[in-house]
Amino acid sequence: MVILPYFFPSAYYYRIGALVFIFALAVVGLNLLMGFAGQVSLGHAGFLGIGAYAAAIGPIYYGVPSWLCLFVGAAISGAVAFLVGRPILRLKGHYLAVATLGFGLLVAIVLTNEAGWTGGPDGMSVPRLALFNWQVRGSDAWYWIAGATLVGGFVLALNLMDSPTGRALQAIHDSEIAALVLGIDVARKKLTIFVISAMYASVAGSYLALFNGHVTPDVAGFLRSIELVAMVVLGGMGSIVGSLVGAAVLVVLPQTLTIFHEYEQAVLGFILMVFMIFLRRGIVPSVAATFARWRK
Amino acid sequence: MAELLQFVFSGLTVGAIYALVALGFTLIYKASDIINFAQGEFVMLGGMTTVFAMLAGVSLPLAALIAIIVTTAIGLALHRFAIEPARGASPVALIMITIGASIFLRGIAQIIFDRRFHSLPSLFGDDPIKFGGAAILPQSLVVLASAIVIVTLLWLFIDRTLLGKAVIATSANRLAARLIGVDTRRIVDLSFAVSAAIGAIAGVLITPIALTSYDVGTLLALKGFAAVMLGGLGSALGAVVGGLLIGLFEALDAGYLSSNYKDAIAFLIILIVLISIPRGLFGRAKIERV
Repeated sequence: MVILPYFFPSAYYYRIGALVFIFALAVVGLNLLMGFAGQVSLGHAGFLGIGAYAAAIGPIYYGVPSWLCLFVGAAISGAVAFLVGRPILRLKGHYLAVATLGFGLLVAIVLTNEAGWTGGPDGMSVPRLALFNWQVRGSDAWYWIAGATLVGGFVLALNLMDSPTGRALQAIHDSEIAALVLGIDVARKKLTIFVISAMYASVAGSYLALFNGHVTPDVAGFLRSIELVAMVVLGGMGSIVGSLVGAAVLVVLPQTLTIFHEYEQAVLGFILMVFMIFLRRGIVPSVAATFARWRK
Repeated sequence: MAELLQFVFSGLTVGAIYALVALGFTLIYKASDIINFAQGEFVMLGGMTTVFAMLAGVSLPLAALIAIIVTTAIGLALHRFAIEPARGASPVALIMITIGASIFLRGIAQIIFDRRFHSLPSLFGDDPIKFGGAAILPQSLVVLASAIVIVTLLWLFIDRTLLGKAVIATSANRLAARLIGVDTRRIVDLSFAVSAAIGAIAGVLITPIALTSYDVGTLLALKGFAAVMLGGLGSALGAVVGGLLIGLFEALDAGYLSSNYKDAIAFLIILIVLISIPRGLFGRAKIERV
């Protein structure tokens, strides 16, 4: 992460790098939910949207500094996740997938329709982040900020997994009933991780808005949610490093594909299918398994 | 009163399309336990292929037939090349495959066709019929009548033919069905083909009223899915009733409350249903064995 910039020929590469880190942050959060706790969310972009619009609306309508909005957005996302998660997380499999999907779409629809606040489908511009009189605007600055935050997110996630909560979550993943029998408060643990993963997504959303300087309801759309899930699955469920790999592949690929821009959607869909059919465990776990075999 | 009648009619028309999409979902789910998110893409392909076949100079009925055949073939291909190789994957993995397929089909459609909105001529012209103070488009009646015919045919097929019984057997217990000599792979093939055909027909029917473009599939699939959830996953009757109800709710909301939130209704219903009555109106309670 630190060495990479020495090989960057232009600022454009910093931009891509920053985007990769920002998405990886959201993906780490989602991976905690999907990979460790075994609960799927097809509406996680909803939290991305809440974070993004918090960073946009706060400074413009309330004069709250951007960095504070980041935390306010995360708090709102956490609260929403808490309220929505309580009833939703009782559901399983298909039902959970659809309920989260419905939630994500509702957020996107509200963002599109409350044009008085959000500028409607065209979106709104976001004031630049200002830290101690320093206007953060360059891609390189964002590369370092997002990178540092991602490292923090990694550390937090790894620690969480080693905590009693993390072990309880893995037990839930393996067998909910067994976990229940062992005396784990399954509902509460699931809710905890849902709230945490929502806050990861929210922070990533705020960063995305501040970095781009503009935000549209697409940030909370169905395709975004799918993209996030695809990143988790691509990198490898339950692999924290995989989150970065998954985000990198799906951010970098469309950038290189812009040459034949028209094929972007078709290629994305194709990759998703091929991966889910042939490489279901994801890149990082598969590579790790191959290495382990090879060393024997 | 006339106003209400108008809303009810437009609601039922759209609802009939949702019901057809929901029926497609149900059929595939029954046969294979898969939720096929590409169902909406079948509707889009039906509409778009017809439009472009007509632009190539083919008459409407023939164009519609071509569209239905093409879409059915794509449905079969989806099963053979994407679902079959991944047999035994988790439900979420299978959902992701069908979502991938839907994005893929949409991407292909915008290359082969284009990114504009298209319409089709109505079968019986565009002069509205006056009925109790409400104006009803002839095409609405075509949609409703066709939906009734399709539902009846499907019911006859499932209930009265040997092949239909094989579908029921497969959905009840795959292994047992195989043991008594049902080729379950063929049955799932069939369910994908029929679902795709129903989707394509829905696409041809709705295009004169609601226009079509390469990206109409997602929302239709999600609405159809809301219908399935409302009616109860796996219940054909539930799918039809759920579809009509969602169409009605949407039309009434758009008429009396705010049309901005018309699309939100379906998802609000999903959440409310899942939280309060997860098995839907007509679904059977699932008992989990430990």
